[in-house]
Amino acid sequence: MSDSPAMTDTVDVVHHDRPELRHHFAAVDQQRNAASLGMWWFLGTEIMFFGGMFCAYLIYRRWYFPEFAAASRTLDLKVGTFNTVVLICSSLTVAMSVRAAQLGKRKQQVWLLFWTLVFGLSFLGIKTYEWGNKYKEHHIPTFDYNVISGEGNIVKGNEALLGITDEIKNNPVKLRQREAEIQQHTKLFYSLYFALTGMHAIHMIVGVGIFLVISWMAHKGRFTPEYHTPLEIAGLYWHFVDIVWIYLFPLLYLIDRRPGA
Amino acid sequence: MASSHAFWEDALYVFLVVVTLAMTALIFTLVAVFATKYRRRHGREATQIEGSLLLEIGWTVVPLGIMMLMFAGGALLYFHMRTPPRDAAEVYVVGKQWMWKLEHAEGQMELNELHVPVDRDVKLIMTSQDVIHSFFVPAFRVKMDVIPGRYTTMWFRPTKTGTYHLFCAQFCGTMHSGMIGQIVVMEQKDYQAWLSGGPVTGSLAENGQKLFQQFGCSTCHRFDVQGRGPNLIGLFGKPVQLQDGRTVTADEDYIRESIVNSQAKIVSGFQPIMPVFQSQISEEQLNALVAYVKSLSQAPAGQAGSPDLKSAGAESQSPQQ
Amino acid sequence: MATAAVSTERKNYLNAEYGIRSWLFTTDHKRIAILYLFSITLFFFIGGFAALLIRLELLTPGGDLLTADAYNKAFTTHGQIMVFFFLIPSIPAVLGNFLIPMMVGAKDLAFPRINLISWYIYIAAGILYIHCLVTGGVDTGWTFYPTFSTQFSNTKVIEAGLAIFISGFSSILTGLNFVVTIHRMRAPGLTWSRLPLFVWSHYATSIIMLLGTPVIAITLVLVVLERALNLGIFDPTRGGDPVLFQHLFWFYSHPAVYIMILPSMAVISEIVPCFSRKRVFGYDFVAMSSIAIAAIGFVVWAHHMFVAGISLYSAMVFSFLSFLVAVPSAVKVFNWTATMYKGSVSFNTPMMYAFGFIGLFTIGGLTGLFLATLGTDVHLHDTYFVIAHFHYVMVGGAIMGYLGGIHFWWPKISGRMYPEAWGRLAALIVFIGFNLTFFPQFILGYLGMPRRYWQYPPEYQVLNVLSTAGATILAVGYLLPLVYLLWSLRYGAPAEDNPWKATGLEWTTSSPPPTFNFDEIPVVTEEAYAYEKMPLPEEVTLER
Repeated sequence: MSDSPAMTDTVDVVHHDRPELRHHFAAVDQQRNAASLGMWWFLGTEIMFFGGMFCAYLIYRRWYFPEFAAASRTLDLKVGTFNTVVLICSSLTVAMSVRAAQLGKRKQQVWLLFWTLVFGLSFLGIKTYEWGNKYKEHHIPTFDYNVISGEGNIVKGNEALLGITDEIKNNPVKLRQREAEIQQHTKLFYSLYFALTGMHAIHMIVGVGIFLVISWMAHKGRFTPEYHTPLEIAGLYWHFVDIVWIYLFPLLYLIDRRPGA
Repeated sequence: MASSHAFWEDALYVFLVVVTLAMTALIFTLVAVFATKYRRRHGREATQIEGSLLLEIGWTVVPLGIMMLMFAGGALLYFHMRTPPRDAAEVYVVGKQWMWKLEHAEGQMELNELHVPVDRDVKLIMTSQDVIHSFFVPAFRVKMDVIPGRYTTMWFRPTKTGTYHLFCAQFCGTMHSGMIGQIVVMEQKDYQAWLSGGPVTGSLAENGQKLFQQFGCSTCHRFDVQGRGPNLIGLFGKPVQLQDGRTVTADEDYIRESIVNSQAKIVSGFQPIMPVFQSQISEEQLNALVAYVKSLSQAPAGQAGSPDLKSAGAESQSPQQ
Repeated sequence: MATAAVSTERKNYLNAEYGIRSWLFTTDHKRIAILYLFSITLFFFIGGFAALLIRLELLTPGGDLLTADAYNKAFTTHGQIMVFFFLIPSIPAVLGNFLIPMMVGAKDLAFPRINLISWYIYIAAGILYIHCLVTGGVDTGWTFYPTFSTQFSNTKVIEAGLAIFISGFSSILTGLNFVVTIHRMRAPGLTWSRLPLFVWSHYATSIIMLLGTPVIAITLVLVVLERALNLGIFDPTRGGDPVLFQHLFWFYSHPAVYIMILPSMAVISEIVPCFSRKRVFGYDFVAMSSIAIAAIGFVVWAHHMFVAGISLYSAMVFSFLSFLVAVPSAVKVFNWTATMYKGSVSFNTPMMYAFGFIGLFTIGGLTGLFLATLGTDVHLHDTYFVIAHFHYVMVGGAIMGYLGGIHFWWPKISGRMYPEAWGRLAALIVFIGFNLTFFPQFILGYLGMPRRYWQYPPEYQVLNVLSTAGATILAVGYLLPLVYLLWSLRYGAPAEDNPWKATGLEWTTSSPPPTFNFDEIPVVTEEAYAYEKMPLPEEVTLER
């Protein structure tokens, strides 16, 4: 951690030369360090925020593994994987645009930020498509939730996983009871799925908003090799949102994809 | 102070009070003395003192030591309080907004009142029908939360006859402060008299036996030959080997869970075919069934039924056809 | 004696600009502190009014003043307002905001606009909460336990939960600002070991604000979702676990109590050396204790759950850790006391509040040990003993520290001196009223009276009456400063730059300070609390 900044008695001159230097900072360096430290701490709070939900998720997954695994299998693996790649690409373009700013290449910056937005919005669009499917399959708690029959039948194909033997299948009473249980416990999975991905999506939307502003600033030439702090810290935020997804994806989509299990 | 716990709790409490008073007196005195002796006076300057490592170590280690004594005393007492004696008389408790329903093992039902004999261990097995409550008897110095969906237990041994407050100690809604009652501690003979006086609907275990037939449990849990479910004779209190390799003890919670959520723990060597009774059985019925299964471990050897669980388990493989 | 008293025509942060817009759109940390001062004072009196209702109802065993539901709403409101809308912001948002930039020799906090946003977030949350109150209120207790809060309560749980959720962001942003400012904006020469202990304590507080608050945020989100969408996350009939809520809730709410006490300790660390004319005894240890309290404070949360059905062994672990967290607090008390040894002590109002703090916090902290001790906690949990304990630390401790700080820095903030005689009188009234209100509650708790009881068995009445009597005295003690501090704004003696002759960079500025604090960033060359170099303030001698 850097100690106090160099004392300068030409502070007014510095501020005059560098309009982006706010009055309460003595040097651009100090301002950049402060912004960066602030964003890292903010991301720390975000880790704690998502952490609470991860904690609840992990506990219930341990308690109700078969139901969680079966519900996880209803998430579209291909679409989810593609979406993950899209998001990672968006982080790549952000990093590249920071590099472009460091090299003073305005056009490249803007082009890369444009692609970041495209990837980001694609991610959100694909998410909406996935959620739409969940709605059709009656997998959204509160909205006609049903995993036992109809389009959202989880039981079919997952009998072994869910412990539904012939014995149970042939006994309507036992079957009904087991189904009630499956209905409840999978609902916990979906509740947490929507809470987690919903919270993530909200953060993505905020991120897109931030990057619209950043893109406009880049277009106006506000970022130079000496000063591109807003781009840098916005990039930090974006990378964080990406990392959250990288945790969410295996936890939600990849619980038990063993073929034939 | 009317239970065996109370004496020790009060002793610990007094120790804490003494330490608190001593510390408080020490600080108050020091502050008063320093403020007076070293009050602002012309011509006398303050003496700058950086600190003293010795003092810092001293006033870190000494309080820590005293606190470790408190911790040890408290932990020992707590351990004792959370370990019910084996032969304690059992009472099932159901808390609901805003009353206490209690049922003795002999079948006696009470509302907001509990009669118990003096100098006998009593164990309460409690659950809630709605929100979290807490069973609190100040005179006995005991308390335990009562939670929906699971059992919590608590025990005490009353040492003085009399009538004592029972309070709900976890906020539970409008009439939280009205969810109160009393514990009536009686001489042994008076208690026996009270027991036989009231309406008896059959002991809890007898009720449980009827339910065992009614819900079809005996179809799989047979006592003459090895059925599709584990033999329950002698089961209670014994270790059970599960399919995933774990070993658990067949206590009340285990029995209860096996009825309401049978898929949670599958016994090794058996199929997960037991139905889930969650929405079909009331709390009182569950209590009766648990009491019945427990009673199967109290039958003397050689009773009608199978050999004990271990040999039965060792012989049986998958009980499917 | 300083040169002529400060001319009120000199440009300072108060008269730099006039008009409501200059206040509502300010980024000056000092003006933002004043905005917070007014808002939290308003909430303090609303929460205090709820307390008054509670104490009036409890004069009699029966429920004759309020209905049971109204009473339940009263104590819920009292708790939520006092914790989330008064105590947690109080010292950090008022004194921290005002002083930290000056104490580190900076012209403002690192993020002035975020500072203003944090106030607006607080106000938005406050408005939502008040709306919730006037349209029905909430009755779950400030702790929101399911399944009562998620299914059985018929009150506005969602709205209250959202209001508190929003207020959390204000806390997080304040903490963020402080951490970055302290790391990156210290003046040349101001190393960590030369920082005032006020700054160390606020640094520790900010860590807790940053890492703890998000957890209650997500917990409240889950409660709101569960209640609105009937999800079942905390509902045992649908596979959920109500005790999971308690873990998540207390994971924040325990460290939160350290958010409430550390800033108060920060104030005491400034007042005691000033009015003893001595450096703080054991500076390093006091500084490290703040950090230790913050760190250990994160791993003791389940001591609120010893009878909630957690396992025997985890209870023992949490009990042990809870004793550990008491040690650094004790270390601080000893160090403050030792600071007075061979000092030159005067009895101004701030120092009287400091004395009160030391005494009452000692009692409050020691009674916490009764609750950390497993065997006694079983009896005392959820009784009035707990209420007495936390009021001793939060009112006898935190609020006394807050009032002491307000008085100590009043000359700096307002450019006026408060009337000393009234100040001392109010401090005495607060001390007496406080003890009369809350000491009987220790006894009530030991005798078994549970918390949150609208009606109670008659044998508890005498102690309850004593407690209510004390509360009325306490109320007077709190109203007095409101009156005379406002009075002093117009009629108080103009203050010099450094009326107490205290060390600290904030005292090198004018009273009130100019908008940008320093014309030139100072260079620091000596330790904090170099009182041997300071003259005595001549008018504060005891020998008159």
